[in-house]
Amino acid sequence: MTAIDRQRLSKNQLLGLYRQMHLIREFERECERQYTRGHIKGFLHVYSGEEAIAVGAISTLEPQDYVVTHYRDHGHALARGVSSKDIMAELFGKATGCSKGRGGSMHLFDASKNFMGGYAIVGGQLPVATGLALASQYRGENRIALCFMGDGALNEGEFHEAMNLAAIWKLPVIFFCENNLYGMGAPASTTLIMHQEIYRMAAAYGIPGAEVDGNDVLAVRELMLEVVQRVRGGQGPYFIEAKTYRLRGHSIADPANYRPPEEVSYWQSRDPVPRFKEWLLAEGQASQAEIDQVGASVEQEIVAAAQFAESSPFPQPQDLHKWVYEEGQA
Amino acid sequence: MAIISYREAVSQALREALEEDHRFFLMGEDIGPYGGSFAVTRGFWEEFGPERVKDSPLSESAIVGAGVGAAMAGLRPMVEIMTINFSLLAIDQIVNHAAKIRYMSGGQFSVPLCIRTVTGAGASVGATHSQSFEGWYASVPGLHVVVPSTPKDALGLFRSCRELMDPVIFVEHILLYGARGEVPDGPFKIPLGQAEVKRLGRDVTIVTFSRMVHVCLAAAEQLAVEGIQVEVVDLRTLRPLDMETVVHSVRKTRHALVVEEAPKQGGFGAEIASQVQHLAFDYLDGPVERVAGEEVPIPYSMPLERLAIPDPERVARAIRAQLGR
Ligand SMILES: Cc1ncc(C[n+]2csc(CCOP(=O)(O)OP(=O)(O)O)c2C)c(N)n1
Ligand SMILES: [Mg+2]
Repeated sequence: MTAIDRQRLSKNQLLGLYRQMHLIREFERECERQYTRGHIKGFLHVYSGEEAIAVGAISTLEPQDYVVTHYRDHGHALARGVSSKDIMAELFGKATGCSKGRGGSMHLFDASKNFMGGYAIVGGQLPVATGLALASQYRGENRIALCFMGDGALNEGEFHEAMNLAAIWKLPVIFFCENNLYGMGAPASTTLIMHQEIYRMAAAYGIPGAEVDGNDVLAVRELMLEVVQRVRGGQGPYFIEAKTYRLRGHSIADPANYRPPEEVSYWQSRDPVPRFKEWLLAEGQASQAEIDQVGASVEQEIVAAAQFAESSPFPQPQDLHKWVYEEGQA
Repeated sequence: MAIISYREAVSQALREALEEDHRFFLMGEDIGPYGGSFAVTRGFWEEFGPERVKDSPLSESAIVGAGVGAAMAGLRPMVEIMTINFSLLAIDQIVNHAAKIRYMSGGQFSVPLCIRTVTGAGASVGATHSQSFEGWYASVPGLHVVVPSTPKDALGLFRSCRELMDPVIFVEHILLYGARGEVPDGPFKIPLGQAEVKRLGRDVTIVTFSRMVHVCLAAAEQLAVEGIQVEVVDLRTLRPLDMETVVHSVRKTRHALVVEEAPKQGGFGAEIASQVQHLAFDYLDGPVERVAGEEVPIPYSMPLERLAIPDPERVARAIRAQLGR
């Protein structure tokens, strides 16, 4: 990792990136615990192993930019600054959740952060992100949309339609593929003909594409800095493929037995969180004491989030129909 | 009072939106220089420019989804889906996204998106181009479904749709574009959720919408000669649904017939029949009857196509049978 000079990050900023990555990892651990305790229901897809992507990419955005993502969305929400309390409360189905308990794990929203949602229909978020970028272009605004997707989304028609539309209208949107090599249990090698070079698919839409090590937060950041500048400058959409790996199963219900042990251990050795930590220490960018301090503060934050979620009220029965339509409309 | 066509009414409604508020813009396939498949937007591209009359690729899902995103960002997109048959390629964006984002975000985002599309059989365009799916969309909480039958209703209802902060499916009928009718001068509006009695009668109530209103009015004409007075209630919107007007009419006539163009099984008319028997059971002198499309893909050949969808004779026959006349 030599990107640091070009990115001119202060020690504090570097430690901030590390804190976010560590927070996501610990948050997901807490989610798994709370799921086992029965506080979190339904589907739970954790982001463990992919933290460098959300943290690196979102750190290059401005507050006015839009973030749109898929159902594996806790990491993106946290990286965008959505409060861990609000997210945990949402997972608990509480009225204080970031989607007021109406969304759940796969549908996190936070208007105050321009966090435009987690979308649980694979590929469905791409057209929406395209429309957000269109609004920006229409009004001559200086904002871009960053749209995350899994490798599975590339098999959906909505991907192809949105890529072409964004390109033909030259919209300020970055399509960011988190290629973790699997869609549920299916290896991308069995479902996507271009699985080894997904980023090259962009060329078919006249969109520039690039690949990056998705387990290297500074590499993701460096590429994004360049891409954001370009897209903000009105040069049209961009496509990024980041190779990464889910360290856990597809969802909490999935032991992921279909993955070869060598593959898993290879990717464990590239785990982005310890990797970044070791780099910070080796480069003298952080001391062990500072790392420990981050650990302690994250632990506190997680405890507070869980307490907040647990002590928050469920939505009121009389509010079942609230927000189906604008207030006053039936 | 002016007499204009249904096409002109929709066209005027769109033009007003574009003229009055820059947040409104149009997206659709060949709505630009070509003028729209049904010529509703003829001349718009030249007048308002390509930024506000956006000719789109053949990508129903992407343009509806782009409408969802733009609406979330505060614009007022008006998307044209060439016909309701093609809306199936956008149904994910309509049902899973447009209709649910306000709710799933706990009220943080709204989707003031208007999707205009064209429904109906009778144009000899075969099974894939002749369907009537408006009833399906009416089963989705979060959507508004508007089904005007006259130029006045089209204009007045669209003016109300423009003000809504939630998604609307505005369904025009393929055979009605040339239909002419009186439209009041001035900025009148018709609120959603208000059915209209299109013809007064004391013997039987027909509940219907869209082009079937005209079929039923023609049947009512025939029956009047025989001394049967038919009341025709035009729902005008399927969601929200005005059962009050329907029940009020049925209480008077004590007989109800529901008429729709889509196949009977699972059709929207079943919902009306169910609600009528629930809300007005004690007033009914007999079962709620239905006339609907046949259980068949719409055939191409004209004599067959005519058999597949209700016409005034079938409606009249059903009423004679219902009243034992
Ligand atoms: C349209 C659609 N089809 C199927 C599913 C069920 N499903 C949920 S996640 C998933 C796999 C998606 O894989 P990928 O896009 O690679 O994301 P990852 O889970 O690897 O992050 C599937 C098939 C869905 N949610 N939406
Ligand atoms: Mg994947």
